[in-house]
Parts: sequence; C-alpha cells; structure tokens
Amino acid sequence: MIIDIFLYIQCALAALCLYRVIRGPSIADRMVGIDILGILVVGICAIMAIKTDRHFLIDIGIAWIILSFIGTLTLAKYLEGKKLNE
Amino acid sequence: MSELISNIIIAIGILFNLFGCLGLLRLPDVYNRLQSATKCATLGTCGILLGLFIRYGFVDIGIKSLISIPLLFLASTVSAHALVRGAYKFGIKLWDKSVVDDYQKEKI
Repeated sequence: MIIDIFLYIQCALAALCLYRVIRGPSIADRMVGIDILGILVVGICAIMAIKTDRHFLIDIGIAWIILSFIGTLTLAKYLEGKKLNE
Repeated sequence: MSELISNIIIAIGILFNLFGCLGLLRLPDVYNRLQSATKCATLGTCGILLGLFIRYGFVDIGIKSLISIPLLFLASTVSAHALVRGAYKFGIKLWDKSVVDDYQKEKI
C-alpha cells in the first residue's frame, strides 16, 4: 500500500534530521534540527491518521505545532541573550 | 478519484520534505540550512495536510487539517525569523564565501 511507503519515507527523514541535531557544529544548528524535527512529526501524525483511520491523531498534530512554536521562540530568546520579559 | 489526487499531493509534499532534509544535511552554514529547512514546513507538511483535506472532505478531520495549514504557515515562518535573528546576535559567522551582509548595517 502506498500509504505505508509514505510513512516509511517520512520516518526515515525524521531520523535523518537527528544527524544534524547530534553532529551540529554550533548550538544554532541543533536548534534548527529540533525545529524541523517537530514539523516532520506533524506530517507523521497526519499520515498515521490516514493509515489507521483514527481521527484524533490530527489533534495531536495541532498541539505539536503550537508546542514546537513556543519551544523554538524560547530557545531563540535564550540564544539572543535577553530575559524573557524584555 | 479524490484518493488519487490526495496521494499525488501527499507525494509532492514528501518530495519537498526530502529536498529540505537534504539541504539541512549538506549546506555549509546555519543560515543556508535554515532557509532550506523552512521549505519543509511551508511546502512539505502543508502539502500533506492539504492532501488529507482533499481525501476526507468537509468532515471533522478535513476541517481540522484545513485549519492547521495557516497556523503552521505563520508559526514556522515567525520561529525561523526569530531563530536567525538570535543566531546573528549570538555571533555566529557567515560562510566565508558569502558575498553580502545587509543585516550588519541595520541598527539592531
């Protein structure tokens, strides 16, 4: 089935992003890897919702988008060197 | 018929995800990597969610995936801009073959 092939390719891409998280030369490279890993997991949730026909998995995807957004903004503020209320 | 169109759109989205991940691995600099990797969000995952909407139509899962497309679009672009600004102010150098640095002249 073609959905299985899509799911395998997407999981392999998410594993490929972990290489950049582990081997990043600087701290910003690791942050880029974490950000894109969160986006790819949303795609995995969407394809799993088709494959298993369970409709609540897209809710997990929406919650994952918001959590990834807040996490990346917090890490960027930390990298910039400011306090969080400035 | 709608299943075939949705499979084609999901395949296009996964192709863009593949290009974005290849750029994330192979490009030389954190800024180049970031501009390649944001394509993963805006074209790849939005394509997958659009294919999900075309397959199911106006039921609960289709409407939720249609809602999450502008949410993902705005969130990923804003976080990428914040990340590159933080990386520049942290002091990470550009690649030594980069030719233009307009952000240096701005008052930041």
